[in-house]
Amino acid sequence: MPLTISEVEHIAELAKLSLTDAETALYRDQLSAILDYAAAIQRVDTSAIPPTATVLPLRNVLRADHVTPAMSQEDVLANAPDAVEGCFRVKTILDAG
Amino acid sequence: MLHELTIHQAASLLRSGEITAVELTEAVLARILAVDNDVKAYLALTPEVALEQAAEADATLADARRAGTLAELPLLTGIPLAIKDVISVEGIPATCGSKILENYLPPYSATAVLKLRAAGAVLLGKTNTDEFAMGSSTENSAYFTTHNPWDLERVPGGSSGGSAAAVAADECLAALGTDTGGSVRQPAALCGVVGLKPTYGRVSRYGLIAYASSLDQIGSLAKDVTDAAILLGAIAGHDPRDSTSVNAPVPDYAAPFQHKPGLSGLRIGVPKEYFVPGMQPEVEAAVRAAIGVMRDLGAEIREVSLPHTDLALPVYYLIAPAEASANLARFDGIRYGLSASGGSLWETYRQTRGQGFGPEVKRRIMLGAYALSAGYYDAYYLKAQQVRTLIKQDFDNVLRDVDVIACPTSPTTAFRIGEKVDDPLSMYLTDIFTLSLNLAGICGLSLPCGFDAAGLPIGLQLIAGPFEEPRLLQAAYAYEQATDWHTRKPKLEAES
Repeated sequence: MPLTISEVEHIAELAKLSLTDAETALYRDQLSAILDYAAAIQRVDTSAIPPTATVLPLRNVLRADHVTPAMSQEDVLANAPDAVEGCFRVKTILDAG
Repeated sequence: MLHELTIHQAASLLRSGEITAVELTEAVLARILAVDNDVKAYLALTPEVALEQAAEADATLADARRAGTLAELPLLTGIPLAIKDVISVEGIPATCGSKILENYLPPYSATAVLKLRAAGAVLLGKTNTDEFAMGSSTENSAYFTTHNPWDLERVPGGSSGGSAAAVAADECLAALGTDTGGSVRQPAALCGVVGLKPTYGRVSRYGLIAYASSLDQIGSLAKDVTDAAILLGAIAGHDPRDSTSVNAPVPDYAAPFQHKPGLSGLRIGVPKEYFVPGMQPEVEAAVRAAIGVMRDLGAEIREVSLPHTDLALPVYYLIAPAEASANLARFDGIRYGLSASGGSLWETYRQTRGQGFGPEVKRRIMLGAYALSAGYYDAYYLKAQQVRTLIKQDFDNVLRDVDVIACPTSPTTAFRIGEKVDDPLSMYLTDIFTLSLNLAGICGLSLPCGFDAAGLPIGLQLIAGPFEEPRLLQAAYAYEQATDWHTRKPKLEAES
């Protein structure tokens, strides 16, 4: 079943992607075609099959709680688009009004 | 011609003193200048750094020669290598082929890179890739498309297409790539070189900018199997900074090659699902002929079945995008990379990501966000993880009865630039033979096994179980030594 324009807009909002109208229309068609193809997995009976999230038998990899030198604040901020007083500067996240 | 040397050939000439690392590096840099305008394998070159590292390697070699310890030096001492641009090298731009990281300078190096440097390797620069390693042709690079050295009108494969083309065109002795769904093996096949995707957990992913974390693995692209083995030996091993790296001993992968040339006693499985209608007949013929050569070398050939093969592509294109949508959430215009200022924080996020990511990355992020979203998680993401279990079980079952699986790497040879860019699904289908292996977490490689009528290389894919790289490389080496495909070179008209 093809996606609707509003579904594509919803997905773009979940992913925080601004899209042009042309992109929204293109992705509606392309994502619908890919999801149609992916629907092949629905015909497999997996009721007794556990999911595989990782192929490794690892769980909770722990290490000793030792403090070791970390990257300098200067290095951490070197790529920041906007930094002030040793911090990343971000816009207001709560509306003051 | 020094740039044509393999790692193992160059290593012995460096030890005998016939060449220096500076001469070798200068020769490779000259080769890059001569052909990279046509091939476009490199996103960035660091010639000054490379020559400095080469001079250090020459000093190391001279010291060892005086001390009589040349035999103890790592084989990579003074060997010029290229690094795929999704792997961090401190202070050298890492763009991931994306505009969103155009001006990003990694503050640290990947563990694999540190290991190469500790072994004395010389780093030439960063190679082109599909944006964030998402693609099969390098056409998704935000900068330019790499051209196949065998036919400049054709793609080199991807996403490690820059690394594969650089190796094929002798613009480096070998290179690192990454393989999430075939991104080392498929370009290796299309460029006629050896591409090795190690077992998940074999090589640390620390400093590899993540695409799909349960699938990504760093691998080697090389001119022959021996070089691929040498490179793997240098980068493999446990790393406390990557919790998915496995603490298993690292053998000397190339050492056993001279002792056991044949394949007697080796059981090779040929999966019937990997010979499908629609594949290029010359690819099937070359791969079947290669399997015949391995039989003549003493291997026992059995037909096997991997019944869930046709589900690997849909499973991959739900799991990888889901992981990508989470991994790429970090590109928000606050800590690094492009920042497109909007009126609010949310608008900054939307604008930064909308402007910074290219079409394929947006497509996969949205596909992943959809598969993970409320109401669809069970039907898509969870279901895909369950079918992934079945695909893994297929390999577990078959690899109990055989030692190695042999099949094609790619259903076709290199396709034309532009041929598939408007149809994402047909592009995805080029990875149909490579991505199941990532879902199962096992190891595989592609090596040259012939050419089609147009003179384009064909790849043979060999697959083995987890941490069975020695067996995989041994089988590949025996086949390679019985054939001469790996000695052929593309004819590039070097500019004078």
